[in-house]
Amino acid sequence: MNRLFKTRELWLALGILAVIVLVTLRFPRFSQPGNLLTIFNDTSILMMLALGQMAVILTRSIDLSMASNLALTGMIVAMINAAAPGVPIPLLIAGCIVVGAALGAFNGILVWKLDIPPIVVTLGTLTIFRGLVFVISGGAWVNAAQMSQEFIQLQRGSFLGLPILSWFAVVVAGLVYLLMTRTPQGRAFYAIGVNPTAAVYTGINVGRTKFLAFVLAGAISGLCGYLWISRYVIASVEVAGGYELTIVAACVIGGVSIAGGIGTVAGALLGALFLGVVNNALPVIGVSPFWQMAISGAAILIAVVLNGRSERTKGRIILKKAAAA
Amino acid sequence: MTDFPATGRQLPDRLDKPLKSAVLSWESLLVLVALAIFIANSFASPYFLNEWSLSDMTFNFTEKALIALAMALVIITGEIDLSVASIIALASTMMGVALGMGADTPVLVMVGVGVGILCGAFNGFLITGLKLPSIVVTIGTMSLFRGIAYIVLGDQSFKGYPASFSWFGQGYVFWVISFELMLFVIAAIIFYVLLQHTNFGRRVYAIGNNATAARFSGVRVDRIKFVLFCLTGLMSGIAAVLLTARLGSTRPSIAEGFELEAVTMVVLGGVSILGGSGTIIGVVLAALIMGLVTFGLGLLNVPGIVMSIFIGSLLIVVIALPILFRMWRQRRA
Repeated sequence: MNRLFKTRELWLALGILAVIVLVTLRFPRFSQPGNLLTIFNDTSILMMLALGQMAVILTRSIDLSMASNLALTGMIVAMINAAAPGVPIPLLIAGCIVVGAALGAFNGILVWKLDIPPIVVTLGTLTIFRGLVFVISGGAWVNAAQMSQEFIQLQRGSFLGLPILSWFAVVVAGLVYLLMTRTPQGRAFYAIGVNPTAAVYTGINVGRTKFLAFVLAGAISGLCGYLWISRYVIASVEVAGGYELTIVAACVIGGVSIAGGIGTVAGALLGALFLGVVNNALPVIGVSPFWQMAISGAAILIAVVLNGRSERTKGRIILKKAAAA
Repeated sequence: MTDFPATGRQLPDRLDKPLKSAVLSWESLLVLVALAIFIANSFASPYFLNEWSLSDMTFNFTEKALIALAMALVIITGEIDLSVASIIALASTMMGVALGMGADTPVLVMVGVGVGILCGAFNGFLITGLKLPSIVVTIGTMSLFRGIAYIVLGDQSFKGYPASFSWFGQGYVFWVISFELMLFVIAAIIFYVLLQHTNFGRRVYAIGNNATAARFSGVRVDRIKFVLFCLTGLMSGIAAVLLTARLGSTRPSIAEGFELEAVTMVVLGGVSILGGSGTIIGVVLAALIMGLVTFGLGLLNVPGIVMSIFIGSLLIVVIALPILFRMWRQRRA
């Protein structure tokens, strides 16, 4: 079974490589290390968000409020920075994570304690969080001139040749990887996705596990709130509008099964990277950026057709084994 | 809650006391909420209680509600269609293309409705033919359909629809009854009869409650689901005609966010997102409530984005309250 996961990620990696090679044939400068690094940096935020979404999807839930959460925490931190430029940035980042986690916990509590389907809860909080951005900001923007230099420059610094923003993605990916593969909590995400009933009998609290997945997704959204605002140096109501579905798309392309229980950190990262590479390649090969949306839609459909097929084979094999036993 | 004896299976003679269940039903709760908002609106704004104001109000929800009617059936079978707003965008774009080629009103309408049905059939094929989860498929087609609209239109827009076409979105049948409202009422009645009074409707519920059992009872599960996705496409196509006619122009960003509002209407209307239960009357009431809320807040100059907070909260609170109430009653018992 492990081999199956490995091959799926391998195919995705080959697909990304193929896109890079094809573009490079026409435009050799595309695959220069500097440009590839830029693509990685551009995709860092999406990669982190995809990891948070993956944790939620693994538990048979979905979080449609991540982009709104990002916009809300981003606006909060931008307004704090504009009002009090003296507050140290690490403290602001910590605050973002806490606020984001709290918003995620709100989703999680409704799912855990009231047993409301996650899609309904996060559909509601998607509009509520974004509405709150308007309420706290009064519809006004926070622009570059109002933000402090440290606030804007922190992620633009570089360490060992890699931009700080990319380091955030690397660290988050490493932490989520450890969580998913080396801790009981991480395995619990998979367990309740594969079989919630069996998970209960092994002593896993299904509701609480879902709650923690939402908190994780929220914390990552919060962190990305700061990173997004300081990257694009504008905080407004429209920040990351519609991005919630791009995040889900990255997961789906990365082989995370919407039915829960299947998905890897590498897959989610590659799914996000695929979208990043395609989006960066389009302007290079002279295709209008208006093609982006249709291409990512087609990519989702192709990915889900391929994933659906491999998941079905797996199901058959298990059934055969059960029949033989 | 009465305990049934453990030996043997017993079916209750009748389900619930009809009067009591009618009073305590979801629909009557919605009627109360609608009345409360209506009364609050009339006190809040002197401009509310006016037949033309009320007529204008209906434009707030008719297009979304038309989609919600079909969406309700899809959700009752345990599926979902998130691509409806993008179907509107694509259908509207194709109408614009047809307009550019010199089509007049009847052809424009046929193009809009036809593209809607085709998009729905495409969803239906992927979901029932290839057995893929509807939520992922329709997230994909949501990007694909609107993406095609963006490819065709870019940052341009189509304008100059003929006056006879505009009538579909702006015309009145008689007095204050707009064509949109009349169409919605007729569609609601058709869907009510279809879901609550035909074999087809019973099969829709059967699929939502237990698709496997439904299949063993001879229900053609996949075919019905396919038809329902086509139906949702059809309603989206009709909504595209109405919306394009009302706005008088097509942009690729047309109807953005409609899918979430349509789903909100359906869920607010008491349809279980897990499938198997819900009524058309509930959906119609929910559409009315959302129209009343947005229109009332609009009269008070509340910005649209703040209204969305009310809608989002309404969705969560209305779902959470009965659950909290049940938990509270169980704790006391």
